[in-house]
Amino acid sequence: MIPEGSLLAAHDLRKTYGATPALDGASFSVHPGEVVAVMGPSGSGKSTLLHCLAGIITPDSGTITYAGRELSAMSDAERSALRRSDFGFVFQFGQLVPELTCVENVALPLRLNGVKRKAAERTAREWMERLEVEDTAGKRPGEVSGGQGQRVAVARALAASPKVIFADEPTGALDSLNGERVMELLTEAARSSNVAVVLVTHEARVAAYSDRDVTVRDGRARDLEHAV
Amino acid sequence: MPEAPRRPTPQARGALETGTAGQGHLSDVYTCRVYTPCTVLPMSIGHTLLGLLESGPRHGYDLKRTFDEKFGQDRPLHYGQVYSTMSRLLKNGLVEVDGVESEGGPERKRYAITDAGITDVSRWLMQPEKPEPYLQSTLYTKVVLALLTDRSASDLLDSQRSEHLRMMRILTDRKRKGDLADQLICDHALFHLEADLRWLELTAARLGQLAKVVAP
Ligand SMILES: Nc1ncnc2c1ncn2[C@@H]1O[C@H](COP(=O)(O)OP(=O)(O)OP(=O)(O)O)[C@@H](O)[C@H]1O
Ligand SMILES: [Mg+2]
Repeated sequence: MIPEGSLLAAHDLRKTYGATPALDGASFSVHPGEVVAVMGPSGSGKSTLLHCLAGIITPDSGTITYAGRELSAMSDAERSALRRSDFGFVFQFGQLVPELTCVENVALPLRLNGVKRKAAERTAREWMERLEVEDTAGKRPGEVSGGQGQRVAVARALAASPKVIFADEPTGALDSLNGERVMELLTEAARSSNVAVVLVTHEARVAAYSDRDVTVRDGRARDLEHAV
Repeated sequence: MPEAPRRPTPQARGALETGTAGQGHLSDVYTCRVYTPCTVLPMSIGHTLLGLLESGPRHGYDLKRTFDEKFGQDRPLHYGQVYSTMSRLLKNGLVEVDGVESEGGPERKRYAITDAGITDVSRWLMQPEKPEPYLQSTLYTKVVLALLTDRSASDLLDSQRSEHLRMMRILTDRKRKGDLADQLICDHALFHLEADLRWLELTAARLGQLAKVVAP
């Protein structure tokens, strides 16, 4: 049921909102360091799948296994601790804390994991340099462009050395050139640090940065390569 | 005067897919017309060589080398092509022989562009290309046929979709490793593939409607 060697695997997930089935028997897996694109029409259940995988919402039924542990067997506190230590997140927009400067934003996950301010900001700056946004360090999110903000968000997702990054339409608000640059930097950094990426996107050119793609239709994830 | 479009060569396709197992299911014409990173169509070799002469007279060999370097990434010109093209241009008064050398070896002509040649290059450059319906009717035919014969059109579209994505991955990878010229060439192919993919998705979403029309 759990594909050999996978880091994160979900089996037969179901989730309904009222009468709306958002997930209807979805299965999914990702290996360490693998970039998997989750594609599919609007409303098909991509975000719901991602939120389940990341332990943000709980499915009505089905199993999710991360590094040999079942998410549903954990307490809420354990799940949030796992999210902080092992997961990174990039969303379409609005994820940076507006009151903090960009470098403080990037350092935030490290601070939450108990790293001292100076050390956290030093690591944060290194990631910002890698994402080519070191010059935004002292600015607040409201003072940088959309493309810069997304790179700051990617730096933040990578800063605490996660094992998995969940990205939901990370380039959705960017033009082609900026979107591609963000994807290039994200996938390059993820591959070189052996970080798995679950990338939700409806754009084929963005998905082309992945190693593999999975299509969600009507709440069911289909993996063409693994389909029989 | 215009040369007949050449059939795609298997090498041209192979070159694009370096390092990947499983050859494309995209039809020959489709793949070659759009996705080979060969920037110069056979028909425009004459214009391209003419354009290269604008910076000064050159020998045939020199023209070939420059062409290959700038445009022939995966498909260098044959000498025969260069010489036949040059004699055609000569006959049409677009180039003239600027000198002949024969130091010990075979005769080497140096070509220069004429005023008529310059005009011809300008006209060619400024004239837009005919927008081609890249996704040729084959796919549409297949979809309709699948519906008519009670086969799964949506599976057909799905596998085409994943084939397109596979090609897009190869191009993206190539783009990532390549120089700016590679990037621009791959981007062109990527945008076309993306357009086709969108058509595939839209068609997949309209299969029910289409089925009612073609197989009531
Ligand atoms: N919090 C919620 N409350 C009620 N219904 C929801 C909620 N979240 C999602 N849904 C419904 O579940 C289904 C799947 O939604 P989901 O957000 O996962 O789709 P998606 O594939 O991410 O779409 P999009 O591409 O538009 O982001 C939709 O029908 C949606 O309306
Ligand atoms: Mg969504």
